[in-house]
Amino acid sequence: MIRVVLPAHLRALARVRGEVELEVAGPATQRAVLDALEARYPMLRGTIREHVTQQRRPFLRFFACEEDLSHEPPDAPLPDAVASGAEPLLIIGAIAGG
Amino acid sequence: MSTVRVLVGTRKGAFVLTADGKREKWDISGPHFAGWEIYHLKGSSVNPNRLYASQCSGWFGQIIQRSDDGGKTWIQPGTPPGESTTAPGGMPKGESNKFVYDTSSGTGKPLTTHQWYDGTQHAWEFKRVWHLEPSLSDPDTVYAGVEDAALFRSIDGGQNWQELAGLRGHGTGPKWQPGAGGMCLHTVILDPSNPQRIYIAISAAGAFRTDDGGKTWQPINKGLYSQYIPNPTAEVGHCVHHVAMHRSRPNVLFMQKHWDVMRSDNAGESWQEVSGNLPTDFGFVIDVHAHEPETIYVVPIKSDSEHFPPDGKLRVYRSRTGGNEWEELGKGLPSRDCYVNVLRDAMAVDALDKCGVYFGTTGGQVYASADAGDSWAPIVRDLPAVLSVEVQTLP
Repeated sequence: MIRVVLPAHLRALARVRGEVELEVAGPATQRAVLDALEARYPMLRGTIREHVTQQRRPFLRFFACEEDLSHEPPDAPLPDAVASGAEPLLIIGAIAGG
Repeated sequence: MSTVRVLVGTRKGAFVLTADGKREKWDISGPHFAGWEIYHLKGSSVNPNRLYASQCSGWFGQIIQRSDDGGKTWIQPGTPPGESTTAPGGMPKGESNKFVYDTSSGTGKPLTTHQWYDGTQHAWEFKRVWHLEPSLSDPDTVYAGVEDAALFRSIDGGQNWQELAGLRGHGTGPKWQPGAGGMCLHTVILDPSNPQRIYIAISAAGAFRTDDGGKTWQPINKGLYSQYIPNPTAEVGHCVHHVAMHRSRPNVLFMQKHWDVMRSDNAGESWQEVSGNLPTDFGFVIDVHAHEPETIYVVPIKSDSEHFPPDGKLRVYRSRTGGNEWEELGKGLPSRDCYVNVLRDAMAVDALDKCGVYFGTTGGQVYASADAGDSWAPIVRDLPAVLSVEVQTLP
């Protein structure tokens, strides 16, 4: 079981509160976790990764275990603590005013 | 008694304002989609409780929302929460926020670049939906004008979108360029007398028309003069801000260009300037009285570098002669220290008698006139900056 923390606006879109818990088949990677997230919450498709390119949207970052994973390859293994559910994968929106 | 429902899109959410036919006491619902930019929301004329909304954000991209109860509740078409992402048979369900330009050899054109601000060619990139125009005959069919400029259509209630690629591919696309607000297709007008005819407008490319349901398009910009482009009478490149039509006379169009208020009496084949005695002919909105097709409204803005009313006085101007002769309407509007703008999709009229006129400002006010513009009062004063205003007149 993998835990994911979404930004507030995406929690509202997905109509969830708090963390999301996902079962991910196979190795826990960014791609596998986001695929599982979008399969459970299809309204999030296109909001984290661009529809066609599957690139992370530029104003979003991925963090876990106090590390910035935003620029890690999508198929790189996530930290063991994320894979085990001890720590969540954080999807963070860039801070901006206005 | 009739009800009026005003749909307001703002920088930070959508609001639904309702009143009875007197239009004196307003109920204000919202913000819906709080914190998101709502560029536009509009109801179907076939089923007025069917609303479509364009919800977007710099962080999360484009979302399409749909309501089937007049704005009380909303869904993302095709993706209700908690349901499987695949339909029976294994096909993926609709992705209502997926707008992909058609570059296929069959229906699309291999058109991938337009002109950038500096004159170089730049790849077409989807950014957002500026305008949603529901079909006049089918509540499940809706058109989307998007940035970078293209026209999309959904025939399944907003679940899936296909580009009408003949517009971008008709030949002048590489000459289109963005205005300061982006290269947006912001106006979609469906001809009520001819389902095959659609008018659209793009900043800064100009106006276009199809007579075959969107397969082929032609620029309709003859008579426009834009001194800010290398060839002021070019076929394309004009910064058209908005176009309006009265449904009883679909061949007559009124245009607020960057500068100049224009009129066409032949479905856009040619245009004549009708700015007349306006204090400035720069502006964004233009609309037509519900029952008087020669009565039109604009909100003059000082200039393209000073987007606020001249002298800090917010004024609507009305022409009862289809242009050229304009009267200032200011009763109830601020007469000093007003420096708001009124954006291109932020004016609408109701169908009551007397005709109601509504507009929203970047200062968050929504003004209404229940007497065709003779007097005005704010429905609400302190919303986020208003991006769009649409009105439904309900029985």
